Amino acid sequence: MRETGGLSEMQLDALQEISNIGLGHAATALAEMLDSKIGMGVPKSSFVAFDKVIDIIGGYEELVSCVSLQLEGDIKGIVFYIFNEQSTYSLVDMLMGFADGTTNELDELATSTINEIGNILTGSFISAITDFTGLRINPSTPIFAFDMLAAVFTSLVIECGQSEGDNILTIETQLFRDDQKVSGHFFLMSEPESIEKLLLALGIEA
Amino acid sequence: MQFAKKQEDIHVGIGEYKLARSPGRLVTLGLGSCVGVTLWDPVTKIGGLLHIMLPNSKDFSKINKKEKYADLGIPLMVLDLVKNGASQSRLKAKLVGGAQMFSGVDKKRLFNIGERNIEMSRKILKQMSIHIVSEDVGGNKGRTMYLNLENGEVQVKTLGKSIKVI
Repeated sequence: MRETGGLSEMQLDALQEISNIGLGHAATALAEMLDSKIGMGVPKSSFVAFDKVIDIIGGYEELVSCVSLQLEGDIKGIVFYIFNEQSTYSLVDMLMGFADGTTNELDELATSTINEIGNILTGSFISAITDFTGLRINPSTPIFAFDMLAAVFTSLVIECGQSEGDNILTIETQLFRDDQKVSGHFFLMSEPESIEKLLLALGIEA
Repeated sequence: MQFAKKQEDIHVGIGEYKLARSPGRLVTLGLGSCVGVTLWDPVTKIGGLLHIMLPNSKDFSKINKKEKYADLGIPLMVLDLVKNGASQSRLKAKLVGGAQMFSGVDKKRLFNIGERNIEMSRKILKQMSIHIVSEDVGGNKGRTMYLNLENGEVQVKTLGKSIKVI
């Protein structure tokens, strides 16, 4: 059985569905920007406890990139994307149209590429939710880090005042371009009241 | 608190502390805005490592784990060390962490927890008359820290750099 963080299977399915829609929008936005076909898959979504997030991505000291936006308005919380080191470089290659394996460090160009992509991904995700539900959500400008997983993740949730948050919606995502594939994790961390609001707006009894 | 006897690294998780006697090492991985505080008694060679997440428990209405906060966690660890044979006046403190990990940060959005964690840790240690002998704090890099219980040395590891001893 899936971890549902106190939600019913049906509610989690609704969240997964809206995530699919959101990430579908994100893929479309990326494809338009790159003028190339970008596919996106959402193999898995689940609720995980704060202290399990690190385990599902990798080791505590693993080098990762992270882009995050804070949400204000009807839904309060944060959304963030985490890519491991290899996925980060592959993502840059994919988005810049380089052959896979070209990028092997995060220079200024790569950093701004990742930042921009994270922004587009999370931004389209949010606008899909607002379009679909009529909820008002104002995302902040994105912030970015490239460092040890544990340092990045804990700093993010603590600084955003979410350290007491028990459960985090985690959506494993994959981006495709031609034969290239990049995996990452998308996260939505929100207060229970905001999740209830979201479910209500989706027409699912909380 | 549990005392470890084996001579392998003892891992301290986020928002907790552990004590141990020489020989061996205490380690905590991936400090970002969090602060690692080590206390070590050079005579009995007992030491402790605390991984602080937040500066002040008074900012919160519900406290589910005292060790998470600088203002509660440090006194707890000191008490435990003294109970286990350390002398409070001999304890030497070292601070590591308290970084600002993110770029593009809007000052309005984030309230610089790293810096506040450092300041509160210094304040609490001062109140308890515990001397801070060295620090590796601030900046924008994540850190892993090890406390060597034989000599009180702290090793600090950052990605892409050589290990620093403080």
